[in-house]
Amino acid sequence: MVDIPFDEVAGIPPAEVGEVELYHPHSWWTRYVFSQDAKVIAVQYSITAMSIGMVALVLSWMMRLQLGFPGTFSFIDANQYLQFITMHGMIMVIYLLTALFLGGFGNYLIPLMVGARDMVFPYVNMLSYWVYLLAVLVLVATFFVPGGPTGAGWTLYPPQAILSGTPGQDWGIVLMLASLILFIIGFTMGGLNYVVTVLQARTRGMTLMRMPLTVWGIFTATVMALLAFPALFVASVMLLLDRLLGTSFFMPTLVEMGQLTKYGGGSPILFQHLFWFFGHPEVYIVALPAFGIISDLISVHARKNIFGYRMMVWAIVAIGALSFVVWAHHMYVSGMNPYFGFFFATTTLIIAIPTAIKVYNWVLTLWRGDIHLTVPMLFALAFIITFVNGGLTGLFLGNVVVDVPLSDTMFVVAHFHMVMGIAPIMAVFGGLYHWYPKVTGRMLNEALGRFHFWVTFIGAYAIFFPMHYLGLLGMPRRYHDIGETTFVPASAHDLNAFMSVAALIVGFAQLVFLFNIIWSLFKGKEAGSNPWGAASLEWQTPETPPGHGNWGKDLPIVYRWAYDYSVPGAAGDFVPQNEPPAGLATQGAHP
Amino acid sequence: MSAIILFTVTIAAIAGWWLSQQRLAAKPWLEQGVDVDLRGERGSSVPTAKIGLGVFLAVVGSLFALLISAYSMRNSMVDWRELPLPRLLWVNTGVLVISSVALQWAYMAARRDDIDGLIVGLLIGGASAVTFLAGQLLVWQQLKVAGYFVASNPANSFFYLITAVHGLHLMGGLVALGRTTAKVWRGAPMMQMRLSVELCAIYWHFLLLVWLILLGLMTGWTDNLVDICRQLLT
Repeated sequence: MVDIPFDEVAGIPPAEVGEVELYHPHSWWTRYVFSQDAKVIAVQYSITAMSIGMVALVLSWMMRLQLGFPGTFSFIDANQYLQFITMHGMIMVIYLLTALFLGGFGNYLIPLMVGARDMVFPYVNMLSYWVYLLAVLVLVATFFVPGGPTGAGWTLYPPQAILSGTPGQDWGIVLMLASLILFIIGFTMGGLNYVVTVLQARTRGMTLMRMPLTVWGIFTATVMALLAFPALFVASVMLLLDRLLGTSFFMPTLVEMGQLTKYGGGSPILFQHLFWFFGHPEVYIVALPAFGIISDLISVHARKNIFGYRMMVWAIVAIGALSFVVWAHHMYVSGMNPYFGFFFATTTLIIAIPTAIKVYNWVLTLWRGDIHLTVPMLFALAFIITFVNGGLTGLFLGNVVVDVPLSDTMFVVAHFHMVMGIAPIMAVFGGLYHWYPKVTGRMLNEALGRFHFWVTFIGAYAIFFPMHYLGLLGMPRRYHDIGETTFVPASAHDLNAFMSVAALIVGFAQLVFLFNIIWSLFKGKEAGSNPWGAASLEWQTPETPPGHGNWGKDLPIVYRWAYDYSVPGAAGDFVPQNEPPAGLATQGAHP
Repeated sequence: MSAIILFTVTIAAIAGWWLSQQRLAAKPWLEQGVDVDLRGERGSSVPTAKIGLGVFLAVVGSLFALLISAYSMRNSMVDWRELPLPRLLWVNTGVLVISSVALQWAYMAARRDDIDGLIVGLLIGGASAVTFLAGQLLVWQQLKVAGYFVASNPANSFFYLITAVHGLHLMGGLVALGRTTAKVWRGAPMMQMRLSVELCAIYWHFLLLVWLILLGLMTGWTDNLVDICRQLLT
């Protein structure tokens, strides 16, 4: 064992951490509403994201009802169907997953896991949440304006996004773009905090290579998001100008309702390049935090150190870098230069290598581990299975020749729901079950949790696994009603009905989860400070839930990595990160 | 998309350089204890606010690189008609240079503990930045009078969009500059003032650089440069 030399005579000197101007709330309002404490902001982010996520869940029910039982429900017409698709996709990808992983998990876990008192710019952090909330409110407002929300699809492709004939052409699209612009401004404020906190506020001994993989995942995802979201910002602003001022950034010369429009010469492909320059990193912005969370859950609940920690870190960084050069694999059928397709197919397949390394390492961590099938562990295992499943169909679609016939079929819908719908949501649930005891001091109910897991996991497969088959049959996506076609057999309609019933059941299972969250807050079993026996720093706080400033008088000093489980010769089955090596005197780190 | 690719590669190079300093090849499972050598173990000694500004500038840089990418993709299409740039634009550029120089001067005065020089520098910097913004509005006015409306040609649209985005960033900077000036007025500790003024100066230099690049792009000066680069590459 290579011990890094330390000053044994004087013990460990106090960390030379500059005094952080810790913000102190003076009233109920500044403590719980306009709070600058990252933990409160994290809870605010999470509640808002999950609330708007419930809206998106109901929208998915509406779509499934229509697809499963076409013509039965008079309150879903073709326009509304398009609006439901658009809002469901936009909310789930951006307002739920991005906000929850980075704003929710990021805010809560980064300061606690790196041993900081708070984020480095607490005021900006607070503003970030309020701008996000405003973005969500503007988004919700689109449901109530004349014409309703936009039905342009979550990719908002021009020219159709702003032409008449697309629902929500008056107000919906304008508010949608405004809401995205607000979201990006709010996210940038938060993102600066997450990155700079990791860079500057780590406690003594917390080298980058001692950070838990959750922090690595969130950190890298935030860096990517900071660079990628401006693309969506530029695209949104330009599309907004096309819509409001009649500019022709993206709008070609075309005839609308028999009339020549005022537009001319613009390039819809330009929009697609900008959108996907954001859109593909976005997949990994959602996936990397999930990778990190899953790594930690597996290690803790299998009581075994993470296999190949270094490789895991390198893979995260490699995936982050590569994800910026694959964007045009979303555009194989857009009419761009076919040589681009070759290049982007190659980069897309290369990105499978670091991703596969991660999957192998998770499996090898489980190998001969002391696996505890707790609820977080169940979700973590489900994540691996689902992610592998979605990743493999990604290899199909990454190839131009396979993508061209499958593009615009349900196969694509099945693929991306597996890989960036179900899989990240599994990580979200796993993370929530895992860290809920730290946030509230109480455990979530185990029986309800198991019920929630099994219904969600099996139900999600019941919905999306058959969908691959429908896609291979040629069932098109985005269609309100398939109608009578020769290539879609009657059995496909039965399958659609089955999937819709499964979707309804899965949706109701989420209500059980919501009930569990609220019920456990008051009636849950007392958790104690470290119910899972985890080694990482957030479980070593003096109080649970962690108090203001996180660490009491002295910051913790970190002596080891976050994965010392089942260490041969150690007294317990885990060694906390802040436990000094035997025989070392400490005097604690001053704030 | 070459501008944004170039920008991303630059950021990746910086990130790669930084990561290479972070002992990423360490084997944390073998190492216990706390290193007496604090290098690479904690955040750097650079003030946190300065790192924060650096990260923010990367975001803003990405935004402008994307605008430039969009510009260069759109201006190769047939309907693009260059618009004549008013002479006033050169005056404005001069004023922006003055603004940047004044803030640099203020920063140097702050390092000398010269409070009068600091105040003069800040005021000149602020006033010339406001003048620049007013001048930009005047340019818009002139173009409008000459019949170059925002929607009449993509070249016009891009001109208005790019100048507006740049101006808005400068306005954000003015808020920070105003707060800094207020701080100096109240007589905050010199160390604090030095940092605030330095951050303002960095932001101003950055926006000046962005402006010069944008101007080069819109006047077509960079075309030659791009051609030369293209020839070197092929």
